[in-house]
Amino acid sequence: MTDRPRSVLILGSGPVVIGQAAEFDYAGTQACRALRAEGVRTILVNSNPATIMTDPTVADAVYLEPLTVEAVEAVIARERPDGLLAGLGGQTALNLAVALSRAGVLERHGVRLLGTPLLAIETAEDRELFRDLLDRLGQPYAPSAIVAGPSAEARTAAADAALAEIGLPAIVRPAFTLGGTGGGIVETEAAYRERVRAGLRASPIGQVMVERCLVGWQEVEYEVMRDADDTCIAVCSMENVDPLGVHTGDSIVVAPVQTLPDPVHQRLRSAALAIIRALGVEGGCNVQFALSPDHRDYAVIEVNPRVSRSSALASKATGYPIARVAAQIAIGRRLAEIPNVVTGTTVAAFEPALDYVVVKLPRFPFDKFPRADRTLGSQMKATGEVMAIDRTFGSALQKALRSLEQAGSGPLAEEAEWASTLAYLAAVLAPADAPEDTDPGAAPPIRWTGEAGEACESTRHAERAAAPIVLRRFLSPSDDRLWRILALLRRGVPQPAIAAATGIADWFLGELGRGVDLEHRIRAAGAIVTRPDDAAGASLLATAKRAGFGDSDIAVLAGVGSADVRAARDALGLHPGYAMVDTCAAEFAAETPYFYATYAAAGSEPEAPPVPRPAALVIGSGPVRIGQGIEFDYCAVQAADTLRRAGWSAVMINSNPETVSTDFDASTRLYFEPLDPESVEEVVRAESTEGEPALPALVQFGGQTPLNLAASLAAAGIPLLGADLDAIDQAEERTRFAALLDRLGIPQPEGGMARSIEEALTLADRIGYPVIVRPSFVIGGLAIDFCYSPEDLARQLAAATVVDPDRPVRVDRYLEGVEVDIDAVSDGRRVLIPGMLEHLERAGVHSGDSIGVFPPQTVSAWDQDLIAVTMERVVLALGAHGLVNAQFIVRDDGVYLIEVNPRASRTVPFLSKVTGVPMVELAVRIALGATLEELGWPGGTLPAPGFVAVKAPAFSTAKLRGVDPSVGPGMQSTGEVIGIHEDVRVATAKALVAAALVPPRPEEGRDLALISLADRDKELLPRLGAALVKAGFRLAATDGTRRALERAGLAAIAVAKLGAPVTDPGEPIMEAIASGRVRIVVNTPTPRSGAVRDAAEIRHAAVAEGVLCLTAAETAVAAAEALDPAIGERLAEVRPLDAWVPRAPGGL
Amino acid sequence: MPMIVPPLPDPVSFVDARVGDRGPALLALADGTVYAGRAFGAEVAAGGDLVVNTSQTGYQEVCTDPSYAGQVVVMTYPLIGNHGRVFADDQSERPWLRALVVAHATAAITDAAAQLAALLRDRGIAAIAGVDTRSLARHLRTHGSGRAIVTAPGETDRDSAIAAARAVPRWEDEDFVDLVSPESPREVGAGEDGPLVAIVDFGLKSSIVRDLRERGARVLILPHTATPADVLTPDIHGVVLSPGPGDPARLAGPVALARAVIADGRPLLGICLGHQIVGRAAGAETRRLRFGHHGANHPVRDELLGTVQVTAQNHEVTVDAATLPADSGFRVSQVNLNDGSVEGLRHVTLPIETVQYHPEGAPGPLDALAVFDRFVAAAREHAGAR
Repeated sequence: MTDRPRSVLILGSGPVVIGQAAEFDYAGTQACRALRAEGVRTILVNSNPATIMTDPTVADAVYLEPLTVEAVEAVIARERPDGLLAGLGGQTALNLAVALSRAGVLERHGVRLLGTPLLAIETAEDRELFRDLLDRLGQPYAPSAIVAGPSAEARTAAADAALAEIGLPAIVRPAFTLGGTGGGIVETEAAYRERVRAGLRASPIGQVMVERCLVGWQEVEYEVMRDADDTCIAVCSMENVDPLGVHTGDSIVVAPVQTLPDPVHQRLRSAALAIIRALGVEGGCNVQFALSPDHRDYAVIEVNPRVSRSSALASKATGYPIARVAAQIAIGRRLAEIPNVVTGTTVAAFEPALDYVVVKLPRFPFDKFPRADRTLGSQMKATGEVMAIDRTFGSALQKALRSLEQAGSGPLAEEAEWASTLAYLAAVLAPADAPEDTDPGAAPPIRWTGEAGEACESTRHAERAAAPIVLRRFLSPSDDRLWRILALLRRGVPQPAIAAATGIADWFLGELGRGVDLEHRIRAAGAIVTRPDDAAGASLLATAKRAGFGDSDIAVLAGVGSADVRAARDALGLHPGYAMVDTCAAEFAAETPYFYATYAAAGSEPEAPPVPRPAALVIGSGPVRIGQGIEFDYCAVQAADTLRRAGWSAVMINSNPETVSTDFDASTRLYFEPLDPESVEEVVRAESTEGEPALPALVQFGGQTPLNLAASLAAAGIPLLGADLDAIDQAEERTRFAALLDRLGIPQPEGGMARSIEEALTLADRIGYPVIVRPSFVIGGLAIDFCYSPEDLARQLAAATVVDPDRPVRVDRYLEGVEVDIDAVSDGRRVLIPGMLEHLERAGVHSGDSIGVFPPQTVSAWDQDLIAVTMERVVLALGAHGLVNAQFIVRDDGVYLIEVNPRASRTVPFLSKVTGVPMVELAVRIALGATLEELGWPGGTLPAPGFVAVKAPAFSTAKLRGVDPSVGPGMQSTGEVIGIHEDVRVATAKALVAAALVPPRPEEGRDLALISLADRDKELLPRLGAALVKAGFRLAATDGTRRALERAGLAAIAVAKLGAPVTDPGEPIMEAIASGRVRIVVNTPTPRSGAVRDAAEIRHAAVAEGVLCLTAAETAVAAAEALDPAIGERLAEVRPLDAWVPRAPGGL
Repeated sequence: MPMIVPPLPDPVSFVDARVGDRGPALLALADGTVYAGRAFGAEVAAGGDLVVNTSQTGYQEVCTDPSYAGQVVVMTYPLIGNHGRVFADDQSERPWLRALVVAHATAAITDAAAQLAALLRDRGIAAIAGVDTRSLARHLRTHGSGRAIVTAPGETDRDSAIAAARAVPRWEDEDFVDLVSPESPREVGAGEDGPLVAIVDFGLKSSIVRDLRERGARVLILPHTATPADVLTPDIHGVVLSPGPGDPARLAGPVALARAVIADGRPLLGICLGHQIVGRAAGAETRRLRFGHHGANHPVRDELLGTVQVTAQNHEVTVDAATLPADSGFRVSQVNLNDGSVEGLRHVTLPIETVQYHPEGAPGPLDALAVFDRFVAAAREHAGAR
């Protein structure tokens, strides 16, 4: 190819948010590697420091800069790339590419957009152009209407016309938004109008499509690719178990299609290829269809002309590296000449043949947001997903359920509050043993929960007639619908009734039913299943394992211990076989396959011997969830990479299809398996040779997940490399930890353990309020909260239902001050401290949600030294090896240590990048036996650099109705970004812009900033007010805040509080927010004041209107100051990472 | 440590209760390998050459495709039966394979008559479930394909099963075309406008007839015994040599027929076995592949048009490109990207095209339907020229 670009700029997708997660790190990393292998210079721009793609080893030049037109133009001006690759960074990158093109940047600098042409992107994204294209192709689509217009009146008229044309229920889809933001199914006119208005605001082009809701149709997806020679392939077909209406990211998805006869499948496949041909896609593309239940009709739902979450899933489901091939196509290569890297002998122009079933389950954040609206629709709500592979749908589903790693998410989980509804539905719908009662008076009473949640009981026939309605409500799309269905099947409610209520295809319900039948059999058999000498019991155990049941679930059903099940399996020699994902159903030998466990291959000859020794297992971090995200995938990938460079085999186990760690070339051998003790132990067993030491495991690099497994793995005789169980326990078990600090004389917040509410109240009285309450062993601040009074504490403890009764609650004094996050690497004798981050917000905001500044700006050198020395003492006293993270609070009265985590922390990727210290690599080398000295690193604290790096959180709360966006001790953010500059103000502004925590530049004199600060924050009010005014906002405030502003010499418009008498001055606050003039709401929670509920309603209203809502005063000040034009013009001062941070001295 | 044989799961693990298993059975290979499973087809023993099909959809089309006559078909996709049986999708009036080997015999919620098993049982076709078909496919990849037998339910003696497998006649030694070909001609679309196309039925699939009819052709289906005189009547505007089972080296009559059609110069389309017959008529040799191509994902490049298409394939035998005489007038027009084998021939001057793959899919992709467009256009032109 003569026009092959020599250098390519690749756009990342920015922070992880709902709808755009780790899949784009996977895609971008694959693309960078593929292009470098082709000899193309790669330049990467991404604001997300937790990614692998931004590691200095992945691309030739890495820019950790905001994904804005200005910043990217500056990068282009500096690097002069030949081409721009935007199809691998999700909707963010695609939108940015369109903006760059429209702003003339590409033309100005002679940069060619590679891959799918702009016109194709615009055609696919613009509803009207797309419908024209479908009309030309004769492809059907659901009737729809566009709502847009130059004025409010025109938009209202368009909305009226759309409603008249389409009718209700309808799906509202804003154009060009992420993960369906702002969209949804509406059933009433009021809901329709509200959703259209919000959608118009959410859409960057002010366009909304109203589509007829094809209720009950199946959703089927195809991942297709095309090259410049017009060669087209369908890599993977996927069938959603949830019918149309639930966002595919929130659906249970199965690959390949299960219930479609070949002609139906081929019809859709051909349609998908016709569409990408007509669009002129060059690269990957996702096409979604709705299919009528009788398979006669279909409709094209949408097309995403880029790699996507679905394409990442398809890649992992098939072994076909879509992103890699898309990048190769973009620089002009053809499918027929690109090798199939999995087989090594065939080419990329083929369609993978699967000889297994793949099930994907979404991972929802509702454990963190118990008050969120859990219904599902066209707005995606899942933060992550898991994938499981086996030979049947039922067994793959069982494995996927175990992979969720969520309390109460096992296949047997049922919520207590369903009990009465289940009883009612079973009483009415399950085929009774007795004949249909003809005498209503003699019928047993039926009980259920009414629509308002009230308990109902009746013997009347009429009530029974309500059953289909109750069933439909009970099974309306929600995150736990699958468990509800299983619960109904368990009680004998017939599948046709469930099919009618949900629209789920009979086949899937039939397979679920088979699983439930097996549950009944195990329950009936009881402990016999664990008696190896009982032939029927052994056969039933083999049947259960074949069906994918976990040991722990079998144990629960049989009423025995999990260890008994395990012992019976050992005695019977009942272990899974491991089969390859090889893209070709064993037709060709494979070079780089990956593996899954299946009891269907239990007796079959192993496909591969254990990996060459020395070898170690790296345990990944499972699904992306709040508190455990992509940063731990970074650590796991780095760990595997280090092992391999040290001459070891790296065996990876993980369940997350979005990640780099589950890429075929991230490890020596990959196992796609749940991260539960059973699955990990079986992998170790398969990778160990009888009579030799078991495969050792690294548990420090996957967040809390592997750490939680550590004890059971050790008990199973699996060596843990570089991890000391006692050190883990001493750091995590808070009573032991407190005793250690006491012994060392290190100040800590006063506190203690309480086993009952009374004990907690007594304890809190002693140490004084406010207190912070938390259970042992936490992820991301789960169930942590502040309590300001005894009533508060009692209420909090009563509500904390997720607290494990075996593990008491910790109650600590809540100390306000400056929080500092610190990470260290230790070899047991020396401690290396690459750096520390100071939190911008005062303590009390979860460290994952706070803005972190490196190096600290307000903490004195003396205090920083004290923190470093204290860290060193604690780490050495714990005897921890490898990575250790801690949090301190700096106050006038001293420096307090809050907590220590002996594992890779959320800040490791960030600090590794800004300090140049390869922290994971050092930790792994230490685990393999090296010392820091041997590795060429001194102990102690590294000197501060000549720049400032700011980490800011990115939130997805706007996508989750009912969630209060206020930051606090429980983590809420889903991702993070970085800003780097010599000037702390510019660095902060870059980070805030990248995290979308800065309001749009106001229209002078028109746009309002609505402020309402808690009393404790009022000292920041003058600074905040002045900055907002300087940025061009008019201030609006409720009475107290307004008077405080006036005292500071700042005028503010009066806004009437919620429920204020009409005589009060000012516009009612909700009306002001709904008017669209308010562009930023600063609303800091006032603990324990009567305003809490009002404040929450205001925040909800802001979020619903798509208005930026900041709830920490310090963040608001920083955001307002970021709008200072003097700062704004410096945001385009960009520099590659290695210009800020020279690579590690001497390297490794 | 002594080798422990793990206990077997219940039959319901591989055969859905709605299908109903018929008792234990064995799949025995002539090389002595034995797989235990459960019978779910007709209660008979049946043997033949093993072929591995990697299609993820289309089990019903596979079962009713006459080209599988005499073979024991192994499906690598582990769930077979998910949507039951859609009668309209049958490719011929009955299943022709000798036996079906699957990992799991699944069911949709439908009546018993609409299960795949009913199709097999009604027609005396043996079937076995509970086989790790991936393991079997790997075994065949390493050791080569061969003969095998599925025992009748209850017959679980390994040695006699292996002996029975070794007694199965070799595929190369059997004639299947006369088994599957009709006895008398049949015309579809008589009285319509449009070119008349004669299909010589060596094992025709209904999808081929449908694809020709959709393009406006009238179709005259002839038995495999058709002579040049039957085929080259003036009212016939084009000839199709259909797919079918067996080794073309045993089909001297059809090869002679093909030679006559070539000599005549009329539009000719050869598909699969029909392609091999034309290849032999052109003077090329055919040889058996180590393992045939059976699946829906084979990439084929058109050497003249430059396009690459994904195709459905089902064949044991390939035309040897090296033996195609330079003066035959034929060129290799399409090749398989995986192994370079011949996937199509085109005549330099005459409207003759052959494809080794199945442009009609069934099961499989429909990317190459242009083959039918070209052929029907040529037939129409031939009709117009007369």
